[in-house]
Amino acid sequence: MDIEDDPDYDIFRDDEDDPDAQISRENDSTKEYVVYLVDASSKMFNTTCPSSSPQEEGNKEDEAEYHFQIALSSISHSLKAQIINKSYDQVAICFFNTRERKNLQDLNGVYVFNVADRDYLDRPTARLIKEFDNLEESFSKNIGSQHGVMPGTRENPLYNAIWVAQALLRKGSAKTVDKRILLFTNEDDPFGRVTGAIKSDMTRTTLQRAKDTQDLGITIELLPLSCPNEIFDISKFYADLIGLEGDDLVNFMASAGNKLEDMKDQLRKRMFTKRRVNKFKFTLVDGVSIDLNSYALIRPTVPGSITWLDSVTNRPLKSVRNFFCADTGALVEESTTRFHPYKSQNIVFSTKELSEIKRVATGHLNLLGFKPLSYLRDYYNLKPSTFLYPSDESTEGSMCTFIALHRSMIQLNRFAVAFSGSSSRPQMVALIAQDEVIQSGVQIEPPGMHMIYLPYSDDIRLIEERYSDTSGAVTKASDDQIKKAADLIKRVDLKDFSVFQFSNPALQRHYEVLQALALEEDEIPEIKDETLPDEEGMARPRVVRALEEFKTSVYGENYDEESEHGTGKPTEASKKRKAHTEYAMKECENYDWGELADTGKLKDLTVVELKYYLSGHNLPVSGKKEALVSRILTHMGK
Amino acid sequence: MARNKEALLLLLDVGPSMHYVLPEVEKVCSMLVQKKLIYNKYDEVGIVLFGTEDTDNELTTEVGGYQHVVVMKNSKVVDGDIVEALQQLPRGTSDGDFLDAVIVAMDMLIKKFGETNKGKKRLCLITNAQCPIKDPYEGSKEEQVTTIAKQMTAHGMRMESIIIRGTLSQDANKEIIDENDRLLNIFSKETSTRLLYVEDPISLFGALKTRNITPVTVFKGDLELGPKLRIKVLVYKKTQEEKFPTLKKYSDKAPQTDKFATHEVKVDYEYKSAEDPDKVVPPDQRIKGYRYGPQIVPISSAEWDAVKFKPEKGVKLLGFTDSSNILRHQYMKDVYVFIAEPGNTKAVLAVSALSRAMKEMNKVAILRCAWRQGQSNVVIGVLTPNVSDRENIPDSFYFNILPFAEDVREFQFPSFSSFPASCQPNKQQLESAANFIKMLDLAPDGKKEVLLPDFTPNPVLARFYHYLDLKSKHPDASVPPLDYTLRKITEPETNLILQKESVVDSFRRSFELQGNPLKKPRRLLRDKTSDEAGKENITAPPANLIEYKSVKVENIGDLTPVQDFEAMISRRDSPDWVLKAIKDMKNKIFGMVEDSHEGDNYPKALECLIALRKGCILEQEPKQFNDFLKHLYNFCQEKNLQSFCEYLASKGLTLIPKTEAIDSDVTDEEARSFLVKSESKSD
Repeated sequence: MDIEDDPDYDIFRDDEDDPDAQISRENDSTKEYVVYLVDASSKMFNTTCPSSSPQEEGNKEDEAEYHFQIALSSISHSLKAQIINKSYDQVAICFFNTRERKNLQDLNGVYVFNVADRDYLDRPTARLIKEFDNLEESFSKNIGSQHGVMPGTRENPLYNAIWVAQALLRKGSAKTVDKRILLFTNEDDPFGRVTGAIKSDMTRTTLQRAKDTQDLGITIELLPLSCPNEIFDISKFYADLIGLEGDDLVNFMASAGNKLEDMKDQLRKRMFTKRRVNKFKFTLVDGVSIDLNSYALIRPTVPGSITWLDSVTNRPLKSVRNFFCADTGALVEESTTRFHPYKSQNIVFSTKELSEIKRVATGHLNLLGFKPLSYLRDYYNLKPSTFLYPSDESTEGSMCTFIALHRSMIQLNRFAVAFSGSSSRPQMVALIAQDEVIQSGVQIEPPGMHMIYLPYSDDIRLIEERYSDTSGAVTKASDDQIKKAADLIKRVDLKDFSVFQFSNPALQRHYEVLQALALEEDEIPEIKDETLPDEEGMARPRVVRALEEFKTSVYGENYDEESEHGTGKPTEASKKRKAHTEYAMKECENYDWGELADTGKLKDLTVVELKYYLSGHNLPVSGKKEALVSRILTHMGK
Repeated sequence: MARNKEALLLLLDVGPSMHYVLPEVEKVCSMLVQKKLIYNKYDEVGIVLFGTEDTDNELTTEVGGYQHVVVMKNSKVVDGDIVEALQQLPRGTSDGDFLDAVIVAMDMLIKKFGETNKGKKRLCLITNAQCPIKDPYEGSKEEQVTTIAKQMTAHGMRMESIIIRGTLSQDANKEIIDENDRLLNIFSKETSTRLLYVEDPISLFGALKTRNITPVTVFKGDLELGPKLRIKVLVYKKTQEEKFPTLKKYSDKAPQTDKFATHEVKVDYEYKSAEDPDKVVPPDQRIKGYRYGPQIVPISSAEWDAVKFKPEKGVKLLGFTDSSNILRHQYMKDVYVFIAEPGNTKAVLAVSALSRAMKEMNKVAILRCAWRQGQSNVVIGVLTPNVSDRENIPDSFYFNILPFAEDVREFQFPSFSSFPASCQPNKQQLESAANFIKMLDLAPDGKKEVLLPDFTPNPVLARFYHYLDLKSKHPDASVPPLDYTLRKITEPETNLILQKESVVDSFRRSFELQGNPLKKPRRLLRDKTSDEAGKENITAPPANLIEYKSVKVENIGDLTPVQDFEAMISRRDSPDWVLKAIKDMKNKIFGMVEDSHEGDNYPKALECLIALRKGCILEQEPKQFNDFLKHLYNFCQEKNLQSFCEYLASKGLTLIPKTEAIDSDVTDEEARSFLVKSESKSD
């Protein structure tokens, strides 16, 4: 049955393919509005610090970067990740301590950077990223830097900047949107050059401005840029501005450093908002059932949906589906009857009958029993698991019952076997209770149950038995060989392996290409394929020795890899293929191909005869006769 | 297709001790042929019965002996005739000798195919092997079986033996069984025989592979442990979902008289420009676009091919790690199996050594695989040991694909400990949960595991093929109910629950009566309607919605009228219960007020009224209550029971105003003043 006939939910559907998803995402509180507020004072251009990116660390000749450059490149990295991860978030980029001014309030010393077809605070576009990347060259010409607060002026660009940022973030309710200002500066004492009443006045008004902003539900985050010989002193002014106290104050500088690194090092990964896939009842026994919500925690991520475009205009195309009767050619409505050939008849079914066939269980999830965890074999798997978490929404006591079962299952080392009656594919499932795992304050594994889809007997193939040896026993490894293998395993140990550590090289490459094309970059940087083996590690003497010893114990002293091919018995099919080629070679010699080709008599031969030549010369034998002839001619160079 | 055609002989024991499982045998064998009719139309099938009353086979006429073996259908290309024959197997009267049947079947295959068709000749034996086989003319039974087995291998025949045991075999002679098991084991060792013991009807259904799929290698080459150590392996799929067959769309447009009509509906996709709906854009003028922020970036296939990720073909080891570092739920897809190249003894040894060491040390290996040259992605996965306990099956590995960082969605969920005490199970509840888990044990010690996936058939497919066959005879047949045996896959085994009813009851008691019964039903009602509107295909019929009371309340008693009423009004097995509850409660209240002696029943009546009021608000029946209260008021006036009305007014009971239930036509003011006003009026 076709997917589209099935109106049922599909737990494996991606957010992107779901028409409702965008609407729900639009209203989701996990959406972010961010204003990047960058200090453009001359100090940002004067102070350098050794390049912070780890790859370049060893490179002494590398030019040191200005703080301003660091800020720009962090933002640029962040934007490039964001446009793929959460492209519905909105951003604005705003400089302060600038010569020129551009902002809605027309305040001095504040410049909001923007490109065409875009509001100040809007979704990032390729053009924004591209022009932002080139901003540095034109900065002094178009925007210009100036000193921060100088004696004798009444202007307070920092105050103005926060005001502008707050105004930009006016749109959207604080309830549904997470609003943030990210402030980049290397000036720990913005009012250091003024004194007396002016200083205290400026400090007071600026702090008040910041407080008002925060009262509107906007978070201000500080990303201080500091260098080894001049440490950014947070306590001079900014601790008060962002409201730091106690331990937070002590730890702030270190965490801010990490934050900056994180911005540069973000993985391009489409973010999914936490969304329940389905809710249903889990019937434990007649009379007791609990409410569960299901979530998709692990699903293969695809590069996003394809939109077909007109290659001339680059405008999106609409796809239209038409149904034709194959017999009469008449345009028909989508019919609700299906058929399947059987015993030279066409057996006709209505879609209703088909869904009735699939209705094999009452209820969504029926408990069948429990088994020890060791009974869950490694090959009982078909597709990604689904996560189940209890809900007290409609049945009070669900939570309590679930927790009791969950705890007892873990304690007794059991998993539950249940039948899931979903209408797309009703099947047996295993429910594994997963305890909560927290590492350094972060939840790594949420508490709940994982639903694993079990195969049926017809889904399991008997490969091992197929290769059983009829001549009797198969040799199994000796104790010494097993010991050598154990030594090798100990040497090549990935201590803290976790599935989170590899990014998908194909997907990262896709994003890289997409970015390069969108931003019209000239070359596509090579991505690092993290999935390749650690060659250095494998070349360590102790690893090499363990490998050698294992090899010797199994393959013997003077083992030649090439000769190995002889030991494998060729399969029947490969023997047949070989014989066929030999036959063709022999037959092929009976013709004078050059002569035939020159006289144009190739076309007078039969297809079978033509194929002698082709298979004799290892060429493809597919296609019509003309194709064969022309292939032969091409091969002969004629 | 014809190249892969198989000749299969079904050797079925129909002797008296088999009679009670024959219905299952009939079902599974007919499904096998039904599937062949669809997927392997050119396969041949024959049926040999043994344990029959009659004797009918070529060997008996040629050399004598071979009594009670009937060749019911000679090997022929599958057709409906075979299906029908299998659906009505005769019940035999004598004890079956499976060895006789095997010899008869081998003789048939040899006569028909000779040396040809190697590897495509299969025997499938279904018996309980409870009856002794006859002694041979010379030598021992063991020798005879060995000779036959060697012949079988020489002729390239394979055999599958499904032996029915356990609860399905009654009062059998243990000695005979042991002897037969020994003999069957010889087959298993000497030939490519799959020997299976099944103990319940579901397993019998699942044990017979009803569809023959030739496995295809996913990868053939080196498992690279390091630059200098490569092991030759073959990789196959171990599991792959057998899909529900794809049905074609049917068109009835062709004239009735057209015998060659295909009745197919063709689907045609056209791409049209958004601006001009009449303009169809030809395929070569289309280009793929991917979203980049609000924009769509066009990328042609050629452009894409030039720059896309192109890994080298190969399977490389990244390292070993503790098996606890991989969680079971992280397995992403169907499963692969790695076997050493057959015939390559060194490779077999290397795989064996590694898998045994990994198993001992509780380690798994992490691999990076690009199965084919030119594929545009790689997978990371976990290799787990599969140590064989059979002498003639080599050790191997299973391989499961793991997620990449991008595939993991880091949703956060509250800790269970963060919930209030009411959600935390107490000691007694934990105990009854533990007992419940132990009671519903599907793999009890010393007994065979039930619902083993390897032996569990797909009930949907079984039902489909059955229905397909039914429809071929009766086009108007409606969907048959799910087979009784198959129902044991979708619903819990009632026997198991009935046996230990006390444990179930204690579990039920520990967890049922929680929360406010009045609060739940409304939710249920709403969910039900939205469910029905949204997804009509969802299987759960409302009848399965759950009762929270173990005893269904049908009347409102004198002892606990309020509780009875609440239970009754929240019953959801029929909409009539709400009205009945309200009606009964009204009568009860009337009774109380009437029978009251100097107001002794008033507090109780008030309690009932409050419950009724609450119930009517929840069930959106404000009029029922308001009319009743007015009626009650008039009643009191008539019967000189004004004291009751005063009592109610003093306790602040009011009509249900519009603000409490939208359907009410009573204003706040009216509601509040009703009894007060009447009080003053009566003064």
